[in-house]
Amino acid sequence: MTGTTDTLTAAAALALGDDALVLSHRLGEWAGSAPVLEEEVALANIALDLLGQARVLLSLVGDEDELAYLREERSFRNSQLVEQPNGDFAHTIARQLYFSTYQHLLYGRLATGDGPFAGLAAKAVKEVAYHQDHAEHWTLRLGDGTTESHQRMQRACDALWRYTGELFQPVEGLDLDLPALETAWLDSVTDVLGRATLTVPSGPRTGAWSAGAGRQGLHTESFGRMLAEMQHLHRSHPGATW
Amino acid sequence: MTAVTAGTAGTTGASGASDTAAAAEQAAYEAVFDAAVAADERIEPRDWMPEAYRASLVRQIAQHAHSEIIGMQPEANWITRAPSLRRKAILMAKVQDEAGHGLYLYSAAETLGTSRDELLDKLHSGRQKYSSIFNYPTLTWADVGAIGWLVDGAAITNQVPLCRCSYGPYARAMVRVCKEESFHQRQGYEALLALSRGTEAQHAMAQDAVNRWWWPSLMMFGPPDDESTHTAQAMAWKIKRHSNDELRQRFVDIAVPQAEALGLTLPDPDLRWNEERGHYDFGPIDWTEFWDVLKGNGPCNDQRLSRRRQAHEDGAWVREAAAAYADKHTGKHGEAQA
Ligand SMILES: [Fe+2]
Ligand SMILES: [Fe+2]
Repeated sequence: MTGTTDTLTAAAALALGDDALVLSHRLGEWAGSAPVLEEEVALANIALDLLGQARVLLSLVGDEDELAYLREERSFRNSQLVEQPNGDFAHTIARQLYFSTYQHLLYGRLATGDGPFAGLAAKAVKEVAYHQDHAEHWTLRLGDGTTESHQRMQRACDALWRYTGELFQPVEGLDLDLPALETAWLDSVTDVLGRATLTVPSGPRTGAWSAGAGRQGLHTESFGRMLAEMQHLHRSHPGATW
Repeated sequence: MTAVTAGTAGTTGASGASDTAAAAEQAAYEAVFDAAVAADERIEPRDWMPEAYRASLVRQIAQHAHSEIIGMQPEANWITRAPSLRRKAILMAKVQDEAGHGLYLYSAAETLGTSRDELLDKLHSGRQKYSSIFNYPTLTWADVGAIGWLVDGAAITNQVPLCRCSYGPYARAMVRVCKEESFHQRQGYEALLALSRGTEAQHAMAQDAVNRWWWPSLMMFGPPDDESTHTAQAMAWKIKRHSNDELRQRFVDIAVPQAEALGLTLPDPDLRWNEERGHYDFGPIDWTEFWDVLKGNGPCNDQRLSRRRQAHEDGAWVREAAAAYADKHTGKHGEAQA
């Protein structure tokens, strides 16, 4: 049965690893353009934590660089939420709030078990606690700041809401009580948005496409362009080491 | 140095008698300051210091801080295209360090009574400069390695003596900064070495980058000593410890053997060891290019400054929101206490 277990672990590692890899890349796009110098440091910190997680997870599956640079778009298993373009700072923060809340709950669960991810999750959960704290603080400042920031933050929360359901779809190889995770996530996000004087979005939390979404290798259009940029140099020099 | 504390100097009455008294007091402060500098003691923020010393430090620290944050741009240009995850992590951490250096330095300037906002305004309006080196483009991945090796290398040569600068907060900031810069320098060297020993195309990429970055790196030390306007006074105040030409020579002497170890050549046919001087001789620097880039005609001057201004303008609503939130919540806190 080890073969099957390994395959299942690899499938889960790929999904979680791709989430971390792709979100890290998006956050890396902020370098040099953050609204304040402190945020240059903070966003880079988060991006580096995520990249570290991605490298551990992808290495469970195979060669990290082959996986990051030589797969086609349809083979990536990240959720669509993490690939969404940065947009304005509010969109970046809403994406961080939704994702880090999920990731914190997820790694908290994985860390308590004795599964293949327990070690990684125990370390990552501490990093992610900071990511969540950072997102929460900015959600409060933007939501309860000026009229403009409130409007921008509300728009961002609304726009990304439809990508949050996917996080709680079953992932092959992850044996978790997903409905409980989703309830905890909703409670936490509802609480933060409420304190930020924002309205919990009312729209659907998944798209209508029955074929699936990111976990099935179905991505949004901007993702292909992101990969083109990320993979171009590596692919231009086949077999080279860096 | 803590003997004399600022705050009383210069606050005098209008009458002739107190003018004379004030002049005597001023002279006494200056004597204490001069003695402290001569004795290699550190001047601290609360100490009395001549206005020209303060202004000169603010100008230098501001330019240094601006260089750190503008310098993020050419390297951030390659974060999204870094060719391996390991290199990507190293580069992201490096660009993050440069933001951190900007933070330390703006804080050091704040101890002299000049706020970060004020300095950023001066950067954005072109009234203060940043190092001209960042007005050159990063055209290939190898440029990231060349910047680490040469630009961070030149920065270290410039900055190590600043760790002994007479102004305490600047000197202490430099100790932290230099540690990180030497990391950057080693990582850049190592990235270039991998390219130089890699495929033919990678080697060519590394050589091309070194060809483009070598001369601008030598220009980082500033104009030759006989044309440098600030050097003499800065050296008397022990803000600066070595002349531009001395530091440039020191850098060349370190870089030449490193280039050999890298298996790359430096684009200067006149470069050779001079037994008599105990230094490498090098060819003439194109100072026309230096002054031209400084005046704004470099390949990226407009781009770097526009990008910086854009980021600042795009972030205005975020900073306003943070300020409004802080106001509301300290307000609430105040009411609760009342
Ligand atoms: Fe730096
Ligand atoms: Fe550096």
